[in-house]
Amino acid sequence: MKTVNQRAWFFVLPVLLLVAFNALIPIMTVVNYSVQETFGNNLFFWEGLGWFEKLLHSDRFYSALGRQFVFTGLILAIEIPLGIIVALAMPKNGFWVPVCLVTMALPMLIPWNVVGAMWNILTLPDIGLLGYLMNHVLGITYDMTQNPTAAWITIVVMDVWHWTSLVVLLSYAGLVSIPDAYYQAAKIDGASGWAVFRYIQLPKMKSVLTIAILLRFMDSFNIYTEPFVLTGGGPGNSTTLLSIDLVKIALGQFDLGPAAAMSLIYFAITLLVSWVFYTLMTKDD
Amino acid sequence: MQKRYLIPLIYILFLMLPIYWLIAMSFKTTNEILSGFSLFPQTWTFDNYKVIFTDPSWYWGYINSITYVTLNMVISIAVALPAAYAFSRYRFLGDKQLFFWLLTNRMAPAAVFALPFFQLYSAVGLFDTHIAVALAHCLFNVPLAVWILEGFMGGIPKELDETAYVDGYSFPRFFTRIFLPNIKAGVGVAAFFCFMFSWVELLLAKTLTAVAAKPIAATMTKTASSAGYELGLLAAAGTLTIIPGAIVIYFVRNYIARGFALGRV
Repeated sequence: MKTVNQRAWFFVLPVLLLVAFNALIPIMTVVNYSVQETFGNNLFFWEGLGWFEKLLHSDRFYSALGRQFVFTGLILAIEIPLGIIVALAMPKNGFWVPVCLVTMALPMLIPWNVVGAMWNILTLPDIGLLGYLMNHVLGITYDMTQNPTAAWITIVVMDVWHWTSLVVLLSYAGLVSIPDAYYQAAKIDGASGWAVFRYIQLPKMKSVLTIAILLRFMDSFNIYTEPFVLTGGGPGNSTTLLSIDLVKIALGQFDLGPAAAMSLIYFAITLLVSWVFYTLMTKDD
Repeated sequence: MQKRYLIPLIYILFLMLPIYWLIAMSFKTTNEILSGFSLFPQTWTFDNYKVIFTDPSWYWGYINSITYVTLNMVISIAVALPAAYAFSRYRFLGDKQLFFWLLTNRMAPAAVFALPFFQLYSAVGLFDTHIAVALAHCLFNVPLAVWILEGFMGGIPKELDETAYVDGYSFPRFFTRIFLPNIKAGVGVAAFFCFMFSWVELLLAKTLTAVAAKPIAATMTKTASSAGYELGLLAAAGTLTIIPGAIVIYFVRNYIARGFALGRV
């Protein structure tokens, strides 16, 4: 049992100060902007909740939000099952385990804009490996700077390439923690492969999968750099996800008020969905 | 070989494909790249790497990145250690709320913070310094380090603390001599994750720097846009950004799975 000790606050104080400096001051700045209008020169006018009202009636916001949910939905629907399948098929011990883990983790350690640049090089229609393969070997016309569908497929495949390993590593950590005795008992009972998965492996992976789904939701919902480098939000607006649109408004058009209002709604949606996920998945404990 | 090993094998091949292409590109001449498709470099060249290692604006990018990443790692671990100890051993007023609040900072879109961070760090006179980026990255790395360390510390029985006190150890001596060696793996994994997320993040690092502390990844963006088609150079710079990650990952290979589970397996 943990003992009650209020002096423990002194231990968390440095963390509290550091994170508060980085989180509270910027958030208050954003709140401040969100209720004001500016025409430059540091002149600000009170705008009240006007920006929020306009945003919630703007088609541009809803289409970016819609694209964002489609993207995140696709990412979760592909990466979570794929990650579990790969983890289940991995060897449990021996020489190949560290080899698998290290090679699988590698994509996650590449700077995000390098990931974008890398996929750009890979998909160039005539000189990229993938672009060449599609256009000249398989005969499928593929150019993600022209075709929205191709652009979408490319950013989804890129994210699958980049982050599925997170799900694999988490699931694998859950799987290796299952004692052999469980499997032996299942064998004696004559349990099928599916039954072993459903009643032994899946329950044991539950807590790590909760973390995996939460992390993948948060990160794919906040994704910016990789699609920005790869497609720049195009062709047209077809891959303009929420973050990309937000940066366009804030730093491109320098509309601080609308951008700030959008930031707050964006953050609120992320928090809300994460909280719903979290409570749903930990309900039974 | 069992048939099911085909799945991880195909998956790893899929992961290696873009990396292979990046490395292959980095050894090609610009002429060869633009003249058409070739699976292997026809004429091997090290010119792209030569440019990077001789041009200060390139290699300083690496030095800058490594400097702020290291600073961030040290700061994050230093503040997270006592906090994680408090969360794992004691109950105190608001502990659960504080823990959840830390989690919410991991959720904030970096795009939201770009402009306010620029203003905040300009106001305190830290713009374009390594320490600014290191501190900014604490926003998401400190919460992460606290969770991971808390997870690992939770696995150490409380009897260890009590025995040490009975033996007459003071708290600082107990913490450094007995406790830390017991959670070595956790510290390594937490440091690895701080490295990872600070190394790969670009939006904030780019926003907070101009010249003196500019990260390598930002130097690359500039090349890509201004010089147009220097793909070989871009590929070489990209290849070099993979190496530090590959090195640190080797050191934590045995703990990496547990680390990704935030120490909670």
